[in-house]
Amino acid sequence: MASAAPPASSTGLLHAAIVHRPIDVGALIARAQVPGVGALSVFLGTVRDFNDGRLVSGMDYEAYESMAASELAAVAREVCDRSPGLRVTLEHRIGTLAIGDVSVAIVAAHAHRGPALDGARAIIESLKQRVPIWKREHYVDGERIWIDPTRAALPGEEPG
Amino acid sequence: MSVSVLLFASYADAFGSRRVLVPVSAPCAAADLVEAMRSMPGGDRLPERPLVAVNRAWVDLAAVVQPTDEVAVIPPVAGG
Repeated sequence: MASAAPPASSTGLLHAAIVHRPIDVGALIARAQVPGVGALSVFLGTVRDFNDGRLVSGMDYEAYESMAASELAAVAREVCDRSPGLRVTLEHRIGTLAIGDVSVAIVAAHAHRGPALDGARAIIESLKQRVPIWKREHYVDGERIWIDPTRAALPGEEPG
Repeated sequence: MSVSVLLFASYADAFGSRRVLVPVSAPCAAADLVEAMRSMPGGDRLPERPLVAVNRAWVDLAAVVQPTDEVAVIPPVAGG
C-alpha cells in the first residue's frame, strides 16, 4: 500500500533509567534519532569542582531507586504529553562520581528545535523538584556533606 | 504496633539506619508518623514538614498510612 506520509515512528518517552555505570550519551542520542527528527537537544549534568565556596573532589549520588525510576519516567512522560512528537531518552547515574562525570543525561528530539530545547529544559527542572535522588559532596579537606537545596543559596548562586 | 520507615541520605545518617521501626499504630496519618519519629534518636534533625512517600508516590502529611504500606521519609531531593 503506497503512501506519501512519512514512516510512523513511536514518540514520547522511549527510555528512562537509574544506572550504576557511566552514561553512554551516544547510545541515548542514537535511540532518540529517527529520520523525522530535525532537532535534538542534549542536557548533561556534570560534577563540578567548586560549590558554596569550597573545592569539591567528588560526589556520591544516592537514590530511592524504585521510586526514582518511576518518578524519572513520570517526569519525562508529563513533558512528552504536553509536546506531541517529542522523543525522549534519559538516564540518571548514581554511585560515586568524579569531577566532570556525567550525572544525568536528557535527550529530547523533535522535528523542530523549539520543542526539543524546551523539552530538555522542562525535564531537568521537574527532575530536580521531585525525583528522590541526593548528592553528597566530597571536599578536598576530607569532609563530606549532603546537599540541601532548600537551604538559602548565596546571592547570585544557583543551587544544584 | 510499629511502622517500618525507609530512610535515605542525610536522614539515614541522622537516625543511624536505612530503616527504622516507628512506634505508632497504623492506620495513622503520615504526620502522626513524623511526630513519633521526632522523639527517636536523630529525630531532632527532621524539618518541620519533611517529604513523605507511600508506596513510592509522594503524599501529603494528611495522607493515611496503612500497616502494609511502604513508607519513606525523604530528605530534600537534590538530583541532577
